[in-house]
Amino acid sequence: MLDHLSKFINNFIIIFFLSVVPFAVFSEEKNINFIETNWSFDSLFGTFDRASLQRGYQVYQEVCSGCHSVQHLSYRNLSEKGGPEFSIEEAKAIASQFEVEDGPNSDGEMFLRSARLSDKFVKPYPNVQASTAANGGAYPPDMSVLAKARTGGADYIHSLLLGYEEAPAGFELDDGVYYNKYMPGNKIKMSEPISDGIVEYTDGTEASKEQISKDITTFLVWASEPH
Amino acid sequence: MSEEKYIPKSKLGQWFDSRLPLLTLSHHLQSYPTPKNLNYWWTFGGILTFCLITQIVTGLVLAMHYVAHVDHAFESIEHIMRDVNYGWLIRYVHANGASMFFLAVYIHIFRSLFYGSYKAPREVIWIIGLLIYILMMATAFMGYVLPWGQMSFWGATVITNLFSAIPFVGESITTWLWGGYSVDNPTLNRFYSLHYLLPFLTCGLVVLHIWALHVPGNNNPIGIDVKKNSNETMPFHPYMVMKDLLALLLFITVFLWFVFFAPNVLGHPDNYIEANPLVTPAHIVPEWYLLPFYAILRAIPSKLGGVIFMFSAIFILMLLPWLDTSKVRSAIFRPIYKKFFWTLVFVVILLGYLGAKPPEGIYLILSRLATAYYFIHFLLVLPLLGRYEKTDPLPQSISDPVLDKPDMLDKFKKAAAEYEGENVGSFK
Repeated sequence: MLDHLSKFINNFIIIFFLSVVPFAVFSEEKNINFIETNWSFDSLFGTFDRASLQRGYQVYQEVCSGCHSVQHLSYRNLSEKGGPEFSIEEAKAIASQFEVEDGPNSDGEMFLRSARLSDKFVKPYPNVQASTAANGGAYPPDMSVLAKARTGGADYIHSLLLGYEEAPAGFELDDGVYYNKYMPGNKIKMSEPISDGIVEYTDGTEASKEQISKDITTFLVWASEPH
Repeated sequence: MSEEKYIPKSKLGQWFDSRLPLLTLSHHLQSYPTPKNLNYWWTFGGILTFCLITQIVTGLVLAMHYVAHVDHAFESIEHIMRDVNYGWLIRYVHANGASMFFLAVYIHIFRSLFYGSYKAPREVIWIIGLLIYILMMATAFMGYVLPWGQMSFWGATVITNLFSAIPFVGESITTWLWGGYSVDNPTLNRFYSLHYLLPFLTCGLVVLHIWALHVPGNNNPIGIDVKKNSNETMPFHPYMVMKDLLALLLFITVFLWFVFFAPNVLGHPDNYIEANPLVTPAHIVPEWYLLPFYAILRAIPSKLGGVIFMFSAIFILMLLPWLDTSKVRSAIFRPIYKKFFWTLVFVVILLGYLGAKPPEGIYLILSRLATAYYFIHFLLVLPLLGRYEKTDPLPQSISDPVLDKPDMLDKFKKAAAEYEGENVGSFK
């Protein structure tokens, strides 16, 4: 009987590889080569680097949150196990810096109150249209699931952030459009968001462009699935 | 292993069973005689039952948290992923479960093709099986629309637009399907309703599928009829149950690997972008299990033609028991059919690959050739093979291929002697 099973498994593996390998081989061909990074969360037993997640939150807050929302993330996530693991007090303090509209109260009035752990991250613009209008006609995508919504995931985001270059000669760019090596079509409406020292890390880590990009990418990968 | 008339032991059992023979049914399911030479390719029936139950159970829980409205659907999925306890697990099991369901059903179907299980007297089992497959495709397609991502929206737009190819009434039918003049909230609502309904119809068909199976009994790798009440069969329980469970465990291992380590690898990244009717994705592709049909659809230069060929590719299988004229069931004894079988497997996988590629250049030429070959296989090769193929001689009994091996009897005697040597007292 074990004989039969091993024969069956052999056949199965052969058929499986014959059908899957061509897909894998052929689908590789058109991929742009993203910058390769050893992410701490890669591989079977990978985990998020807590310090990097905390720095990543700082980058989001100081650099990205002016235009990009992460509307599906809650402040409570910041203190949960597996995430940046701020203490509950820290997370509460972070939340209380923001104001959300609540109501109606017993007088039928909407009112503003400071955010709590249970609130979602406050958005920079009330809706997509406002966001688009304020950003030269290009909607800065919500980043809640960005790492899952782009081919290449973490590698794509990291590469894109470091992929700003002078446009090659003859490459036409309109005003407010920038050249990026990794953007499909090479045209991007976001100006280069990060540079060396644009944030000052409280934990003493040197805020090089690469480090900042790595931290925000780690944060976004976690934010896409904070459980 | 005979199946004699069953009478419950207890008086209460007899009283109940004579009014509703549930105990007889249960006894039948346990003692149902199965050929003793069934190999592991036969375990996928049980695996598919497991898949259906998993989908229904996880789907029930998801339905408690999902909101079928264009403004809230995408958000409610994120709510499930982030706020519902183990919602991410339930959703990933459901989403990857669909893929695993199709993986299993394709193995099950090709098993049937290889061993000729669709042939008389099992035509009805085959046709019901195909109806289940069609229902599965409809259910999976509508399920993929529910998260209301970009692929959901544009996939729904492409597929529902196919019906507009029907002459004269096409446009009206499409409007009727949409519940408006484009894919919108009414479409999402009815897809949700049908996505919930169809699995229960599938359940009903599964009962009929198994019922129809239990009339003639299982086919087997040798493909010759088995004498039901003889030593050629074994009761389903515990023999097949144990074998099915072992296979199921291996299957679940693969399943959970996807769920925990690559939950999104079978989906498309674009479906994590909320649906936007104003932005068309660069490539609109369906889920992997529908790709072969998508390739056939696009291989035909006219829209109506493509639709006709795509549906024919499925419905032609209904005629298979009559298109395949060979009296020999198992490909083991059909040397030429065996080669054609593997060619067909290759062509279907090729079609799947081409379905994921843009329909241009070499991809288009290849998908036309592969589409042509697919139909030639069923319409030309199979009818002719039955007439001209010289098949190998069939054994008298399913035991012969095992016992006929020259050294088998010696091995058996040796094993028996060893066994006797250790347990002389108890064995005699």
